[in-house]
Amino acid sequence: MWEAIRVTLLLAAVTTPLLLLLATPLAWWLAKGTGWVRDTVAAVVALPIVLPPTVLGFYLLIALGPHSPLMGLLQPFGVRTLAFTFTGLVIGSLVYSLPFAVQPIRNAFEAMGPRPLEVAATLRASPWDAFWSVALPQARRGYVTAALLVFAHTIGEFGVVLMIGGAIPGQTEVVSIRIFQAVEQLNFAEAHLISGGLLAFSFVALMVMLVIDRRFGARSAGIRP
Amino acid sequence: MIQVDLSGTVGDLALSLRFEAGAGLTALMGPSGSGKTTLLRAVAGLERLSGRVQVGDAVWQAEDHFVPVHKRAVGYVFQEPSLFSHLSVEGNLDFALKRSPKDVDKTGIIELLRIRTLLPRQVTRLSGGERQRVAIARALLSGPDLLLMDEPLSSLDQAARAEILPLIRDVAERVPVLYVSHDPLEVARLTQQIIYILNGRLSARPAVTLDGLSQAEIEALALKALGS
Repeated sequence: MWEAIRVTLLLAAVTTPLLLLLATPLAWWLAKGTGWVRDTVAAVVALPIVLPPTVLGFYLLIALGPHSPLMGLLQPFGVRTLAFTFTGLVIGSLVYSLPFAVQPIRNAFEAMGPRPLEVAATLRASPWDAFWSVALPQARRGYVTAALLVFAHTIGEFGVVLMIGGAIPGQTEVVSIRIFQAVEQLNFAEAHLISGGLLAFSFVALMVMLVIDRRFGARSAGIRP
Repeated sequence: MIQVDLSGTVGDLALSLRFEAGAGLTALMGPSGSGKTTLLRAVAGLERLSGRVQVGDAVWQAEDHFVPVHKRAVGYVFQEPSLFSHLSVEGNLDFALKRSPKDVDKTGIIELLRIRTLLPRQVTRLSGGERQRVAIARALLSGPDLLLMDEPLSSLDQAARAEILPLIRDVAERVPVLYVSHDPLEVARLTQQIIYILNGRLSARPAVTLDGLSQAEIEALALKALGS
């Protein structure tokens, strides 16, 4: 059980910062305009919300398996397959939780509007400078929300992990799969323990999000008149 | 000396404006929708029109040449006080000061706008007039050769306006100002140099100066001059 908890926490701890990094340019680009290209990308990014996790997991399994062209590219580096590995799980989690990172950050950039960046430009901040010194701090609430959502969502992953991870103890066996297996073995005591723990965790995560929302809400929606 | 010769279409409005302005404060007047704000934004480089903008010796825009906003020595005071909400008052001022290529007299500007006591405050805790004073100070701290002001008093109450008007006159003694307004009374108290804009073009200037007239007379004159 502890091994499963360790793997799960590690997975969430690796996925969250990586995904915030990946989601930032994507969210920025999506917030900066409209058009069918952007709409298409936005729809693809949102797909994991509606797609059954097993479907996503199935395609990821194919993509990360030894016969995929993607893995063919990595073969010169001695990588044959990423299926049933921790790295594979991280990649799966990145895809699976992508919309939960992009959406709040994109909303924060959109709520900020163009004005703060115009002001920054008239104060001689280059676009790059303005992004770091104005846009990121103004969007901080979006980042907190995104981080919490991604972390919690990754902790609770089941379908995708089952498809691409197998359930190798110490490597790819996460808590939600552990619960499933405990129940199959009629080990209800362990299932109770882990489930109760996840329930408490999810509740605390949501409470933290609400409190942060309330505390920073009043002064995070960009510039106040 | 500021030379502006800009034309282009933004939304439904076709603009074609050519004028020069010297030291002190030059007011740009006209009804809403006449293109005043667009003109100001184009001078700053926030909006792209074709033509030429020159401030002193620096050519900000010409046929083959467009200096991006952050490389222009321009200060801009927006209609609503656009202070950065994630910084304190002093943080807002330092944002400009840090990026100014010139040596700017921070203390002098803080005294000029009378904001010393506000420095440690959060910008969300300032009154409208205080915010606009900080915004003006911040624009000056970036070391502009030209200060653009887009109806900076329009969101303020009468008392705050009366307090800031003389400060704007003082500011205009240090740096040339282009000042957008549709309030003849306000303009009459600031300057005699007025450029009238109607439907994106320069319009004839009324023959009478506004000094010493009542508000009703000025408004009647302005309406006549603007042809509405």
